[in-house]
Amino acid sequence: MNKIFLVAQREFLTRVQKKTFLLSTIGLPLIIFLFYGMIIYFSVKTTDNFRIAVADKANIFNGKIASKDNEVLFEFVKSDTAALQNAIDQKTYEAYLYVPATFTLDGKDSLRFRSGKAVGLMTREKIQSSINKALEEKRLANFNITRAQLDSLQQEKEYIQYSSAGGKTENDAKVGVSYAVGMISGFMIYIILFIYGTMVMRGVMEEKVSRIAEVIISSVKPFQLMMGKIFGIGAVGLVQFIIWIILVFGLQFAIAMLFPSVVESMQGQPIQPAGMQAAQAVKSSGALAGVMSGLNSINFPFIIGCFIFYFIGGYLLYSSLFAAVGSAVNEDPQDAQSLLLPITMPIIFAIVIMMKAVNDPNSTLAIFGSLFPLTSPIVMMARVAHGVPEGVTYFQLILSVVFLILGFLGTTWVAAKIYRTGILMYGKKITWKEMWKWAWKKN
Amino acid sequence: MSKILELRNLKKYYATQKAVDDISFSIEKGSIFGLLGPNGAGKTTLLRMITGIFYPDSGEIDLDGKKFDPINDIINIGYMPEERGLYKKMKIGEQALYLAQLKGLSKADALEKIKFWFKRLEMESWWNKKVEDLSKGMSQKLQFVTTVLHEPKLIILDEPFSGLDPLNANLIKDEIYGLAQRGCTVIFSTHRMEQVEEICDHIVLVNLGQKILDGTVAGVKQQFKENKYCIKLHQLPSLINSDAFELVEQEANLLTVKIKEGKNSNDVLKYFIEQQLTIESFNELLPSLNEIFINLVEGTRATTRAFQPINA
Repeated sequence: MNKIFLVAQREFLTRVQKKTFLLSTIGLPLIIFLFYGMIIYFSVKTTDNFRIAVADKANIFNGKIASKDNEVLFEFVKSDTAALQNAIDQKTYEAYLYVPATFTLDGKDSLRFRSGKAVGLMTREKIQSSINKALEEKRLANFNITRAQLDSLQQEKEYIQYSSAGGKTENDAKVGVSYAVGMISGFMIYIILFIYGTMVMRGVMEEKVSRIAEVIISSVKPFQLMMGKIFGIGAVGLVQFIIWIILVFGLQFAIAMLFPSVVESMQGQPIQPAGMQAAQAVKSSGALAGVMSGLNSINFPFIIGCFIFYFIGGYLLYSSLFAAVGSAVNEDPQDAQSLLLPITMPIIFAIVIMMKAVNDPNSTLAIFGSLFPLTSPIVMMARVAHGVPEGVTYFQLILSVVFLILGFLGTTWVAAKIYRTGILMYGKKITWKEMWKWAWKKN
Repeated sequence: MSKILELRNLKKYYATQKAVDDISFSIEKGSIFGLLGPNGAGKTTLLRMITGIFYPDSGEIDLDGKKFDPINDIINIGYMPEERGLYKKMKIGEQALYLAQLKGLSKADALEKIKFWFKRLEMESWWNKKVEDLSKGMSQKLQFVTTVLHEPKLIILDEPFSGLDPLNANLIKDEIYGLAQRGCTVIFSTHRMEQVEEICDHIVLVNLGQKILDGTVAGVKQQFKENKYCIKLHQLPSLINSDAFELVEQEANLLTVKIKEGKNSNDVLKYFIEQQLTIESFNELLPSLNEIFINLVEGTRATTRAFQPINA
């Protein structure tokens, strides 16, 4: 046990002391945040005072287009196109909007918009939505419908009350938030398995290629060396994650302090595909207040507890397999590719099942995926995000935990045997068939 | 003298060959022991069993009178394998400390011993260097230090001099003698027969997984002597014809003769004295270990041994 600790200590310290560790742990999130900060900053700042001359020959707008903010201004003029073009050239206006005299509200005619220089996406959207809104108001007025009447028509959602078998009422916001939490935590575990699993594999390969393995094995049991490496790198991962979490919260706080106005738009920013989908799910499910109540209804300490358990369990389960592959590879890293396939397949399967489970946490596939130890670390996160017992029963959760622990013991036992043989085997290209034989032979 | 290591009927079979096939021998405490054999003879497998890396399929190993316990006897063994390696990116001092701690030394103890050895072999300035900055010979020296620094009872060195210049080789050789004098036993595995003749007290030759020779260097030479003598004469004889010996080789006035069965060296001398020839020197020609090695191993298919199916 003492020797496992010694090995783990070395693995941990040599990695943490490297410059690349500091760079990837602290530098990378900083750069990403800086990047986003800049995007947000410029998307907010660039459009100041975009003035549009509106020549409303048909008098559709009654001399007024309401603008969302002060960045896009509509000013009504009575010039013809030539004069308007001239005004743009003189930079009196940035663009002009020409409404032909024949323009009607039946949607068959089009407005002419011309600008001096290319218009940014954000600005274009603002212009579009302002004009659409104004036109919509006019059309409503034509049909003698008020905005309030229209809104009441569109609120059909409130007539259905979703509730689960447990009898608890669920609102859409909660489902959306659960979806987001499940998706994000599932993806995070997926990434962890790959990053740190590969790190373990590289570490084993390094020892084998540099021929130090035999020196070490003469003073440490192969099992101790393998476990030390796995624990050491796991600790690196844990530290890295804690630093990231602190950085993310700290920086979010800092951004909120620096640009109070952008916090709202921040929430819609695509940080990663899962985040974006989740954010859209949240958006579509209603108002901010709903999301807040959804967030409150989620048992975060429980989710975080599950996350840490499945993170550690999944890592331990897979890293020993990655170590076994590393031990079988010779100098050529190409060999690792083909040997890795049987390990990466279940991880990819798990992410596919997780995508389904996050929508339908009680389908047969989701239940299977969350119990089977090779997929459960990822799939179960999608189910627990929906809460217990709505997403997963206590019985299934406990069963999954037990299976994962058994699975970890199983893979470690098998991997240790492959590792023992592989680490001292040189010059021969190893196949899965041979590794299978090593795993089951005596000694 | 008592035995430090005793192997009894050790066997280790792989799928395609009998790597070690029923080998027994013992090594005396404080001796320098040579384990010889052609490539693929099973030396490395044998050494790996002695160090506890492999478990024998059958047979027993006794270390210092007790049954060998791979886990607790680590501190008693220092092993420098033929395939050497160190962590390239790690600092030399830290590396030595780590390896010593893995052997079971406490940190303070390890530090003290490393300082002692680094000073002794003039390596003090290396402490904060990385292994990748070292030449092959330098890292060899470092490897030697990490192998012996806990002064184990049994030191196993696989080709310890490869890559060392004569100066450093002598330095290491002196350390090996020193360690043996202080009571350590050294097992020395090599193909370089002249080194074995120079250093070892006792040798065992393995081939095809079996022991084919066991004895002291002098004893083995006696065992394989062919009754050859070298005679230097002052003047060249015209014709040599004697029933006591036959002429094997003649180079100017230097003759190599082989004494016939039932005769002895006096008969040879008598012949030359009777011929009125002045003898300048006369000495026995013992075979070199190299010759014995080649004689024993040649023709045994040692090089074609790999990958034959066995029925075990």
